[in-house]
Amino acid sequence: MKKTLSYLFIGMFFGIVMYKSEAASWFRIYEMFQFQSFHMYGIIGSALVLGVIGVQLIKRNNLKSIYGEPIKFVPKEKGITRYLLGGTIFGLGWALAGSCPGPIYTLIGAGYVSILVVLFGAIVGTFIYGLLKDKLPH
Amino acid sequence: MEWIFEPWPWYVAGPLIAFIMFLLIFIGKQFGMSSNLRTFCTMCGADKTASFFNFDWKSQRWNLVVVVGAALGGFIGAHYLSNDVAVAINPDTIAILKDLGFNSAGSAYLPDELFSLDALTNVKSVGLLLLGGLLIGFGARYAGGCTSGHAISGLSNLQLPSLIAVIGFFIGGLFMVHVLFPLIF
Repeated sequence: MKKTLSYLFIGMFFGIVMYKSEAASWFRIYEMFQFQSFHMYGIIGSALVLGVIGVQLIKRNNLKSIYGEPIKFVPKEKGITRYLLGGTIFGLGWALAGSCPGPIYTLIGAGYVSILVVLFGAIVGTFIYGLLKDKLPH
Repeated sequence: MEWIFEPWPWYVAGPLIAFIMFLLIFIGKQFGMSSNLRTFCTMCGADKTASFFNFDWKSQRWNLVVVVGAALGGFIGAHYLSNDVAVAINPDTIAILKDLGFNSAGSAYLPDELFSLDALTNVKSVGLLLLGGLLIGFGARYAGGCTSGHAISGLSNLQLPSLIAVIGFFIGGLFMVHVLFPLIF
C-alpha cells in the first residue's frame, strides 16, 4: 500500500511537471521541431546533464536502492536498425500528435477528451508491432 | 508563490524530471512510459495472439499506478495550478501555424483544430490523431522506448542505442513538421 502510494505520488508529480512545463503541449513540440525556442531543449538537456551525473555517481559509489538492493542499469540491446527505424516512426507520431506516451495521460487528466483517440491509436500501434515483430528487421 | 501558476521554465522542469527519474531508480524501478502500452495489450488478452505480449503484466502494475498518477497530475496542474491555458510560443512559430490554419496558436494549450470536441466530429482530425497514436505506439515499441526511456533514461546511462533512437525521433519529427505538415494542413 505504501509502495503503491509512492508510485501514485511520483506519477502525480511527473504529471504536474509535464503540464506546467508545457512539455505536454502540442505547440511546444511543434516549436521544438521548428528550432524556434530553447524551451524543450532546455528541459531535455538539463534533465540529461543531471541524469548523466547522477547515474555516474550511483555506479561509482555502488549506491543501493532504499530497500538495500543494488541498483542495476540494464544496457540496451546493441543494434542500429530497430532504433533508427523505430525512432523515426515514433518521431513522425510525436510531431503529428504532439505528445509522447507520458503526456498522453497528463492530457487525459487535464480534460482533453480527444487525446483518448491518440491513446487508442498508440495501444493498437503497440499491438501491431507485437504481431509483426518477428518479420521486422531489428 | 505566484510563479507556480505561471508556466514553469525549463531550468525548473528539467531538473525535476531528472529528480523523478532518480526517485524511481532509488525505489528499484525504471523510468519509461511507453511500456505501459504493451501492458494494456496483454491485459486485453493480446498474449493469446502474439508471444511478444506473453509476460507477467502484474510485474508492471507499479507503472500503471504511475500512469494514473500522471493523469491526476494533469488534472491538478490544469485545474488548480494554472491561470491560463495559452502557451506563449515564439511569435514566428505562431505566424507559421496560422498560415497552416492553426488559428488557436498562441491562445490554447492544444490546437482546437485537432483536439477540440468539435474536431472529434471531423473525420480528418480524428484520422490524424489516430494515425499519430499508431505511429507513437508502433515506433516506441519497435525502438524499445520513447522520450522517457531513451532520451532521458537511456542517454543518462550513455547508451549508444538510445542516441540512435533519439536521432530517429528527430528525423521523424523534422520530416513530419517540415515536409508532411504543409501537405496535410
